[in-house]
Amino acid sequence: MLHILALTVRNSVRNPLRTTLTVTGIAIGVIAFSFLQTVLAAYYFGLDASSPKRLVARHRVSLFNLLPLAQAAKMREVPGVTQVSYGIWFGGYYRDPTQFFGQIAVDPQYLDLYPEFVLPPDQKQAYLAEQQACIVGRKLANRFDWKVGDKITITGQIFPGDWDFIIRGIYHGNQPNTDETSMFFHWKRLDEWLLAREQGSQVGWYLLGVDDPSQNSRITAAVDDLFFNSTAPTLTETEKEFNASFVSMFGSVLTTIKIASGIVIVIILLIMANTMMMAARERITEYGVLKTLGFRGFHLATLIGGEALVVTFLGAVLGCAASYGIVAMFGKAIEMNLGQMFPVFELKPSTVALSVGMALAAGLVACLAPIARSVRLPIAQALRRVE
Amino acid sequence: MSVQTAVATDVVRMSGVTKVYHRDTLRIPVLDGIDMTIREGEFLALQGPSGSGKTTLLNLIAGIDRPSSGSIVVSGTDIAKLSESALARWRARHVGFIFQFYHLIPVLTARQNVELPLTLTSLSRSQRKEHVATVLKIVGLEDRMDHLPRQLSGGQEQRVAIARAIVSDPTILLADEPTGDLDAKSAEEILVLLERLNKEFGKTIVMVTHDPRAAVRAHAIRHLDKGVLD
Repeated sequence: MLHILALTVRNSVRNPLRTTLTVTGIAIGVIAFSFLQTVLAAYYFGLDASSPKRLVARHRVSLFNLLPLAQAAKMREVPGVTQVSYGIWFGGYYRDPTQFFGQIAVDPQYLDLYPEFVLPPDQKQAYLAEQQACIVGRKLANRFDWKVGDKITITGQIFPGDWDFIIRGIYHGNQPNTDETSMFFHWKRLDEWLLAREQGSQVGWYLLGVDDPSQNSRITAAVDDLFFNSTAPTLTETEKEFNASFVSMFGSVLTTIKIASGIVIVIILLIMANTMMMAARERITEYGVLKTLGFRGFHLATLIGGEALVVTFLGAVLGCAASYGIVAMFGKAIEMNLGQMFPVFELKPSTVALSVGMALAAGLVACLAPIARSVRLPIAQALRRVE
Repeated sequence: MSVQTAVATDVVRMSGVTKVYHRDTLRIPVLDGIDMTIREGEFLALQGPSGSGKTTLLNLIAGIDRPSSGSIVVSGTDIAKLSESALARWRARHVGFIFQFYHLIPVLTARQNVELPLTLTSLSRSQRKEHVATVLKIVGLEDRMDHLPRQLSGGQEQRVAIARAIVSDPTILLADEPTGDLDAKSAEEILVLLERLNKEFGKTIVMVTHDPRAAVRAHAIRHLDKGVLD
């Protein structure tokens, strides 16, 4: 077996030009696959960052319908609910409408429900003490080169006008997938704006804290039952389900990315199949000789399959190494410009493992036909000598 | 699986062996009722015109092809009745095959090529090394052990191939035109080596050859014509 393995490695580099081209082709395929998977992961990042200890209650009709603040008191009475907070989507822009990022007006307890947001205590205190204050995520601050103490003006689109804020804090995430691209400010300020226009105190959604996630289905049902016959019926779900509803809005985009990923795998498979067919065809006499010496089908399968694995592994490693550089290079630009859509754009170890695994699987599938042909081919025919 | 026992001194006993190839609807008879016995220590040359069935006959004895009918008992085993897997194991133990075009593995050194059949045995690495050194010395290539086939002459390649064929001490050596691709001097060296293997080491050899000078080295010459043995 030792010699079969040695032969496998040597066969892999026997035709340097072909091996180089194949490895390069696979590497390019792996880069494309990794990049697409990273885009997918970025879409789904919100799901990964979701906590089972947070529930979201929104208007049953749509997220664009607001809910009355009066519902908060009733929600607090639902057994299992430990905390009730709320927020509303502001929907403005900074300087340029294309410079989009999320601004959310929240009540003071909102941040308590996000322990993954890390804000220095003095900054938090400064933020809570001032109605014009806001806090921003680290990536957002980096994007606009904002510092604590900077005054910024956000132009409201849903709530028209120029809104001035003072940055009192810059938070960062204590998890790799924590969103650091949003801005939070005081709901009270927005409420005053609404009250001045006789619209009453309203919120976009309620954020409920729970201690025991196993009770979530009971709690969500209990909350929705409270307002079932009201003018503002709720739809309460886990944060993960809430985020998933956003992801599903991009369903066709995600499907396209998944199909493209599949096509990339097929391309890798075809590259490998072509290489392995050529290699096996060239070595058919050698396989006949090996069989004559007493080597059996599984030896040939090891030889051919091993070669496919060595070549695809080389391509996968090269592709993953390049992917790290490419994703890191584009990732920063994407986070800067498309931060709200892709708050975290980085190559995850699970994506690397998936890329390598898919490449190796494609390599193995690609060599099935050459293995079958080589194993089945009669020795006399392989030796090409029939008198 | 049925195993028959041949007479002790008969290495090969073929009776009523036929071989027919089918190409599409065409039926091509290659061997027709071959009866032959090869005794232990015999050096037999098989001659005949192209297409007469010499190589097919050799392949049948080697167990790398199967007869259409008849029985082939080699070293006490009716090889026509063995499964593919059993036949492969049997070949590894009993057959040493020498090809016209050497068929060495180009990416392995002479030593590694010779060692290949031994990797199928239970010999330790040091035992294998010892066996390889011994046979390479017999064929006079102890100083070329670490050369790749492309670094050897045709005659040297064939000697490595012979070393590979004898390294596992097989029951029978089968040579298919072993001098067919060599110049006269190298061919002579190979024939001398085969003669030596037969005389000194008692190897039973069956050699297919077109070359009358090669055939006269054998103890006996059998002619095959249109699938019939004289």
